[in-house]
Amino acid sequence: MSSEHGHDAHELSFLRKYVFSVDHKTIGLQYLITSFVFLLVGFGLMMLMRWQLAFPGRAIPLIGPMFSPDLAPNGVMSGEFYNALGAMHGTIMIFLGVVPLGVAAFGNYIVPLQIGAPDMAFPRLNMMSYWLYLPAGTLMLLSFFLPGGAAQSGWTSYPPLSVINPGQTVWLLAMVLLITSSLLGAINFLVTTINMRAPGLSLMRLPVFVWSEMVASVILLLAFPPLEAAAVLQLMDRVAHTSFYMPKDLVILGQRYTGSGGGQPLLWQHLFWFLAHPEVYVLVLPAMGIVSEIIANNTRKPLHGYKTIVYSMLGVGVMSFLVWAHHMFISGMTPALSNFFLVTTMIISVPSVAILTCLIFSLQGGSIRYNVPMLFALAFLPLFGIGGLTGLPLGLTVTDIYLHDTYYVIGHFHFVVVTGSIIALFAGVYHWFPKWFGRKMNDRLGVIHFWGSVVSMVGIFTPMLVMGLAGASRRLYDPTAQAHNLIVQPLNVVSTYFAAALGVFQLPFIWNFFHSMFRGEKTPENPWQATTLEWACPSPPPHGNFAKTPRVYRGPYEYSTPGRATDFWPQTDPS
Amino acid sequence: MNNYGWGLPIQASTFAGQIDSGLWIIHAAMIGVFVLWGIFFTYLLIKYRRRDGVAVRHEEHGEMTSLIPDLLVMVFEIGLIVFYALPAWRSIKMTMPDPKDALVVEVTAEQFGWNIRYPGPDGKFGRTKPELVHFSNPLGLDRTDPAAADDIVVSNEMHLPVNAKVLIKLRSKDVVHDLFVPEFRLKQDAMPGLETPMWVEPNRIGHYEMACAQLCGFGHSLMRGDVYVESREDFDKWLKSRAALNPAPPTASSEGF
Ligand code: HEM
Ligand SMILES: [Cu+2]
Ligand SMILES: [Cu+2]
Repeated sequence: MSSEHGHDAHELSFLRKYVFSVDHKTIGLQYLITSFVFLLVGFGLMMLMRWQLAFPGRAIPLIGPMFSPDLAPNGVMSGEFYNALGAMHGTIMIFLGVVPLGVAAFGNYIVPLQIGAPDMAFPRLNMMSYWLYLPAGTLMLLSFFLPGGAAQSGWTSYPPLSVINPGQTVWLLAMVLLITSSLLGAINFLVTTINMRAPGLSLMRLPVFVWSEMVASVILLLAFPPLEAAAVLQLMDRVAHTSFYMPKDLVILGQRYTGSGGGQPLLWQHLFWFLAHPEVYVLVLPAMGIVSEIIANNTRKPLHGYKTIVYSMLGVGVMSFLVWAHHMFISGMTPALSNFFLVTTMIISVPSVAILTCLIFSLQGGSIRYNVPMLFALAFLPLFGIGGLTGLPLGLTVTDIYLHDTYYVIGHFHFVVVTGSIIALFAGVYHWFPKWFGRKMNDRLGVIHFWGSVVSMVGIFTPMLVMGLAGASRRLYDPTAQAHNLIVQPLNVVSTYFAAALGVFQLPFIWNFFHSMFRGEKTPENPWQATTLEWACPSPPPHGNFAKTPRVYRGPYEYSTPGRATDFWPQTDPS
Repeated sequence: MNNYGWGLPIQASTFAGQIDSGLWIIHAAMIGVFVLWGIFFTYLLIKYRRRDGVAVRHEEHGEMTSLIPDLLVMVFEIGLIVFYALPAWRSIKMTMPDPKDALVVEVTAEQFGWNIRYPGPDGKFGRTKPELVHFSNPLGLDRTDPAAADDIVVSNEMHLPVNAKVLIKLRSKDVVHDLFVPEFRLKQDAMPGLETPMWVEPNRIGHYEMACAQLCGFGHSLMRGDVYVESREDFDKWLKSRAALNPAPPTASSEGF
């Protein structure tokens, strides 16, 4: 397969080289930049919400008067606007931010390199994925400016609310585009990894990151189609007045609903969570993969329990399809069913614990090099650990009765996706930056970014756990309207200040990224003295990547092998 | 209401203690695990920092060692499931009291309020019809139905007698809502098209909050009501006073809107 791909340095027009490129590296960077922009947008939306949560009813400073009066009369956010911001924050962060960043950006750039391939299996399909993703994301953002505004029924879009609320149609259309894009990407990753590995690179010699991308792709491939179908049904309920999700005899704000009825809102919840729980693992698997690479590299030691990690990832992948209804313990579905999902949920924690344990044991006996990527990778362990631990009382039916839909849930999954996924993705950026640009990011700015981000993140999300235990519900436009939230309300203020700090601490990162791209210290071909294949070609790699197809002789993490002069033994080294 | 603080709210139902003990056990275990693990982690970070002349230990550990923590987690979780979650879930959510020995109350959620209906002396809920819904008749109660004549409908105010089992039939007129009374540790989605049963036995006289815990539209955060748990006599007195407000049994012509 590799020979039919041209390695010759034919001149490409600017448009083919940087815009409609079929090169996995360009597409990877396109995904990288775009998804970071979406993360920033999602963060900005959330800062508006954080203002309202901390200071309900007070005009948004500076930019408040710029919003149209139906969104924010006199600069004070309206309930509709808050709900739109909430739904869009969740949607953007997950579907347009972290998943494209973890799976598509890192996957595209790194996977072909780590398996010694010249490109992805289907370069044109790859380009199409990106060019479906960008319009889908743009459409999603544009919905704020369309008549009806943005969707305001939560990222979960539960009917009947989502069917009667304005803005949802565009959300559904954008989701259908996005899902299609993800499906194309998932197929591409699977075919690439299965078919295009360099000679000698057996499955059990694959870096953990490649495994994590493979499992994430399988999950996307199997979990997204049901949501796509479900989204089309919801679209039909909205535009064609079918009643897939609408029961009969609804009376909405005093008006009888005119649809025929006979549908079932619970159906949506099942279909949605059948995707959305596995999706959580799509958010964390690449993160675990990145952390594994960086830990092996910076402890100068083979990963402890490579096989355990790989099998655990496969186990997580399979089990992730059997836990979806733990989001529905108190939805009104038969309570006996909850017992099944309780058990599967506890089972899935077993492989997750195994992965984390292996990563910690990997430190033992090592020679830990504290560079910036390693700081982030190490912070992942305890902070993701908090995310995992706080999942326990939510997965347990009885305690979930109380904690369901409180800020405890918000705290829990933000520990998972922010101090987990995002921290790991930052680690990946610092780690692979020299690969992308042949230069390295500034260390001092990196350390500032690291400490600032970690402290702010813990400061944002720990108060949420406390508020949740006190009973504060999520998705409250005005948290002071319900008496039981009043005492813990100061924590909302604390959380907001830390969120602002988190924003400020991203500035050194943004500066560092763009400045280092052009002015950063030049790096040698293998600056981290790593063993995996991506470091066996020039940085940045030319079109076609490897001058000649590499041959692989050993597993991915041969560090400090006794009896060798250097402490790393590249996979391609024949000696 | 002095029921709330920085921790869990006060307990005001028979199963609140059961739910809280689960929360306490899990959080104690979580904090314990995290602290032990944090100590070990810090130790590794210091002990194995890069030092010149100290070589890496390149032994192939048995992979099995990493499964020991897993085994402990599994034992703890199985214990929790078998001795705590399954039995408590059975008694709280899977077993409903017999309507004959419980006070039956119907709670119907709508954007953005709660309608609480008591069946009245006949113990039967009358017929409702969606076409009769009107702001003066939020449930569309058909007062021509003899069983409906004595039904008592109150908005955003639920009175319950102390130490009595209450069977709540939860419904929704429009979208998904969720009935949450923090002091009772009671939470259940109100799913339109379904009638979801739930039960509670309040065991503490007091004034509590019934909040909506499921996003139901722009007014979601304002959707709240009050719960009054009273002595049997006070409750009966209140019920009687509300019954007196019911319209006189209608003639057929006075309805229809
Ligand atoms: C970076 C800092 C972040 C902060 C400070 C933050 C803050 C918040 C807050 C306060 C809420 C609750 C809003 C409410 O209940 O009304 C929320 C909801 C949510 N967040 Fe974040 N978030 C962050 C990042 C992320 C990321 C990276 C993701 C996903 C990968 C994410 C996904 C979500 C989702 C799915 C919801 C639920 C939205 C809904 O209610 O429908 N957030 N976030
Ligand atoms: Cu889940
Ligand atoms: Cu609500």
